[in-house]
Amino acid sequence: MILGLFVGLLLLVSLFFNCLGVVSLYRFPDVYTRMHGATKCSTFGTLFSVFGLLLYSFVRFMAEGERRFLVLFIHVVIGGVVLLISNPAGAHALARAAHRSGILPEPAVVDALEEADKSKKEVAA
Amino acid sequence: MSASQYLFAGTAFVMAVLIVALLGRLIAGPTTPDRLVALDLVNTLVSGIMLLSGAVYDAVVMVDVAIVYMALSFVSTLYFARYLEGGV
Amino acid sequence: MFVFVMSFFVYLLLSWSGSMSVQEVTIAFFLSVAVVLVASSSSRPGFWSLTKLDPRRWWLFLRYVFGPFAVGLAQANWDVAKRVITGEINPGIVKFDPGLKTDMGRMMLANSITLTPGTLTVDIDDNGVFYIHAINLTSSTPTEQDICGSFGQWTRRIAG
Repeated sequence: MILGLFVGLLLLVSLFFNCLGVVSLYRFPDVYTRMHGATKCSTFGTLFSVFGLLLYSFVRFMAEGERRFLVLFIHVVIGGVVLLISNPAGAHALARAAHRSGILPEPAVVDALEEADKSKKEVAA
Repeated sequence: MSASQYLFAGTAFVMAVLIVALLGRLIAGPTTPDRLVALDLVNTLVSGIMLLSGAVYDAVVMVDVAIVYMALSFVSTLYFARYLEGGV
Repeated sequence: MFVFVMSFFVYLLLSWSGSMSVQEVTIAFFLSVAVVLVASSSSRPGFWSLTKLDPRRWWLFLRYVFGPFAVGLAQANWDVAKRVITGEINPGIVKFDPGLKTDMGRMMLANSITLTPGTLTVDIDDNGVFYIHAINLTSSTPTEQDICGSFGQWTRRIAG
């Protein structure tokens, strides 16, 4: 029962941040700012689900001593690491592709990458 | 099922509702990168659901599937990005 | 060597379910060799070196992940949460040169920057200059401290 309380708390945090990621998709004005919300919030939120699973499997393993919970623990750790590496790298690839396909950050104070591209083209020409 | 397993199932259900809520951006998104960002978020949420269902059904296989899904969705994101840059 | 050791141990961890047999280890060995053969076709200088397996670097890496990185991740999400709710943004793309030589170090710093307060890596050019989209810009030429705090120093220590 106590375990359920702590797991529920972790899952609630996870859901809060995942919801925020979805809301940010509708609330922010351009693709880059949306990417901020989507990547950070969903990674952090899903990471908290992973923490909940880790706590659950660890406590069940300690209480019942069944090996399948330890196996679950190890697999969830690997899943969390894969999530933490692949998610920001994918967002980075998308951001780069968006900029190269000509979509500029809509309300932007300064755009150093655009300036760098321009100066490169001038040197080439 | 124990109390925490019901909690995992409920969280997975709410995540599925979030995916439905996302579809608006996936359909409407003014540019292709907008849609791809939404698709990336769908992939993350689906892998989260898969991880949770590993605990709900007491089957570690589900977690393995989630790991493979994350890796494959990462590769597909990279290919979409490559396509946007015009390099496929 | 790094690729070989990582794939070997990840395979063993994923296939472990109570006991370890000789067949399992043999399969892991041959699969890792296959992975290395595939990966080495696009190898870069340093592919066979052992520096990435140095236990001192791994120790530093773990201290980094559970210390400043975890704090940064929590702050980042608090920050984005506030911005989603209030909707106050001031975005722009800035450039900055962390002076990292290795691909591993660049990958680590780029991921760290993406997951920490208000910044997202957009591009890295051939000389290792980072182009970063910041959601709330205070000046157009920010210092390293503004963008990534102590992360630059940590990644230089871990992956040079």
